Amino acid sequence: MFEAILITIATAATPLLLASMGELVVERSGVLNLGVEGMMIMGAVTGFGVAAMTGSAWLGVFAAAIVGTLFSLLFGFLTLTLVTNQVATGLSLTLLGLGLSSMIGESFVGRAGVRLGALDIPYLTEIPYIGRLIFGQDPLCYISLLLTAGVSWFLFRTRAGLTLRSVGDNHSSAHALGIPVIRIRYLAVMFGGACAGLAGAYLSLVYVPQWVENMTAGRGWIALALVVFASWRPWRVLAGAYLFGAVTIGQLHAQALGYGIPPQLLSSLPYLATIIVLVLISRNRRLTMMNTPASLGRPFVPDR
Amino acid sequence: MPLLEARGLTKIFGTLRACDHIDLKIGRGEIHALLGENGAGKSTLVKMLFGALEPTEGSILWKGEQVAVSSPREARRIGIGMVFQHFCLFDALTASENILVSLDDPAPAGAVTARARDISKAYGLPVDPNAHVGDLSVGERQRIEIIRCLLQNPELIILDEPTSVLTPQEADRLFEALEKLKEEGRSILYISHRLEEVKRICDRATVLRQGKVVSECDPRKETASSLARMMVGNEVQPVVRDKPAVQSEALLEVRDLDRKAGHPFAVALSGINLSVRAGEILGVAGVAGNGQGELFEAVSGEALQERADQVRIRGKDAGRRDISERRLMGAAFVPEERLGHAAAPAMTLSQNLLLSRYRTDARAFLNRLGMIRNSLIAHAAQRVSSAMDVRKGVEDPEASALSGGNLQKFVIGRELDRQPLVMVVNQPTWGVDAGAAARIRQALIDLAKSGSAVLVISQDLDELFEICDAIAVMHGGRLSAPIPIGDATYEKIGLLMGGAEPGHAAVSQAEAV
Repeated sequence: MFEAILITIATAATPLLLASMGELVVERSGVLNLGVEGMMIMGAVTGFGVAAMTGSAWLGVFAAAIVGTLFSLLFGFLTLTLVTNQVATGLSLTLLGLGLSSMIGESFVGRAGVRLGALDIPYLTEIPYIGRLIFGQDPLCYISLLLTAGVSWFLFRTRAGLTLRSVGDNHSSAHALGIPVIRIRYLAVMFGGACAGLAGAYLSLVYVPQWVENMTAGRGWIALALVVFASWRPWRVLAGAYLFGAVTIGQLHAQALGYGIPPQLLSSLPYLATIIVLVLISRNRRLTMMNTPASLGRPFVPDR
Repeated sequence: MPLLEARGLTKIFGTLRACDHIDLKIGRGEIHALLGENGAGKSTLVKMLFGALEPTEGSILWKGEQVAVSSPREARRIGIGMVFQHFCLFDALTASENILVSLDDPAPAGAVTARARDISKAYGLPVDPNAHVGDLSVGERQRIEIIRCLLQNPELIILDEPTSVLTPQEADRLFEALEKLKEEGRSILYISHRLEEVKRICDRATVLRQGKVVSECDPRKETASSLARMMVGNEVQPVVRDKPAVQSEALLEVRDLDRKAGHPFAVALSGINLSVRAGEILGVAGVAGNGQGELFEAVSGEALQERADQVRIRGKDAGRRDISERRLMGAAFVPEERLGHAAAPAMTLSQNLLLSRYRTDARAFLNRLGMIRNSLIAHAAQRVSSAMDVRKGVEDPEASALSGGNLQKFVIGRELDRQPLVMVVNQPTWGVDAGAAARIRQALIDLAKSGSAVLVISQDLDELFEICDAIAVMHGGRLSAPIPIGDATYEKIGLLMGGAEPGHAAVSQAEAV
């Protein structure tokens, strides 16, 4: 019983972790993409559709990442090339994604989906108590953990990561030094799109293998908040995502047991708990300021 | 054969010819000065040489061969390095990360740090590699810029106004490093408007005016005033200062002012005392980022004090009053940032006039229902413009359409127009050309002469020596006792700016005050 709860926590946390990790890289480059929710839901509907039509969950995952990237390219073209307002563009991207996915997914409603199976390694998965927990999650869960480590390593240990952070800190200085600001931001935005697409696919292929309209249910927004409250640090995002997952599952069980607490209150608990904890973590203003990308959301027009 | 030669270099922005057929020759092992007023085209020219801007016309020859400097990267590759005036640094990164991010070759971080340390030793430029740039002083930031530039082993180093933010002692140290570079056969293009400095260290000078080369000369054979004449095109009106009649009545007092740092990059103020009497101009010197901005916010009421008597205006407690209330008590304030702080960029001059005076001059500018009397504010804006000789293209332009010097004249004139009894100005002539600066300084002197108390916060020591009756120095959030102008020397002030303990002179003076 306890083991099962722990396993479901990872399932609730992974989509958040995937989306946040992408957005973290985007924001570290100085771009604020509020369209995470929109890219996620497009990933979800694409993943479901492609998997249902081909019968291959992996093809669905792959297609979701591509559609997420394409969607983010639209955002990139508008905000980076045409220098539109990032906040307004991001919001429209979310609205567009929600509407478009409902339209595409109309015929998917109620259809049986394909599930991306969990890992099953002989012997290891069968180890009592910890076997299923450590060796029996779905592949995307492992990918999201590797992604966290990878992003952390990339940002703080590589030259390319340093360049990306410098663009996010001060794009004018970066430009004057000859760093290709716009190109780096495009790459970051596309990475964010791919991650959001994956997160969406996770929802419709692992979390609940079916298509439900608006099935992201605000997770894109939570992902955005996670990035900010985690002070743009990958391991804190991971902690925030798993905390959210834990409280989500915990309150579901509490609802089932029925303590007489209003279910609405319980449902809002994960959001509240995550934000409160992360606000407490980010109390150190100095650390927060050192990690906040100073150019975040500011438009950049090179003078040539 | 010169190391670098520019032939007919031209850059056109819209209809403005920022650079107009500029010819420039820089020899090997030469320190070449580039002189000119603000807006003369110096920055545009060097940005083209460094590949940050594309020339509209003309060519650049490097060691006799024509080159296309298409990007800063390309400039660095052929051997041109640049130290920017507004440093191209990243506050959130450490000193060594800042150096690393600018390098094009993928050398490992350890090797780069070691090389940076060698350069830092060889040229006397100490820097803590692990410090975040946001925490460093301007002098230290400049050292990072220079080390970063030297790591590329450049043959030509472009320095854009390197000493404008340094103490005299820091500047001396920089000159020693430059001499060393020159001895190694490197060339330096030195941009400055400090003529004494140019005469001291430069071998050749090219003078720009309105985008054109007006003279090429040997600065050692010129006088400071002949160089100034080339830059401005006519004589700069010298500031006239009579023996001031300082009265005993203190109009502005700050008592035991402490203030915690509001954010991680801010400076905490501690134990600040000052008093400015009627007819007096008190100067506050100091290297940028030592608490001048925080002091201005406290005096102007942008930040309130804990106790009401910590700031007193005309003998009344003002510490708990906000900006408008302090203005109503007869004070006026001009902050450092012209655009965005002193003036709203997208609003017209008359609207900007109303913004700072709608409370103090409500009766004049608003009717009984609180509606704006547009014709009256337009008239007042016109009065300010003509009093301060603000040059503008149209009747009532947006603030952002004015050049820096003209806007600064306007924001200062806007306050002077009220004849304030207490005037507080932060960096009155920062980035303003010589003509406008002289106009502003004269206006401040005239205001003091009419019996007002004037507090001038400035990084420009020449300016403070020119207009002040006494100078106090800020360092690390503390303010020294004021030194009367008769006793003040550049050396004394410079040492205090660098953080030296006040000597006997200053202490005994404090007792006298």
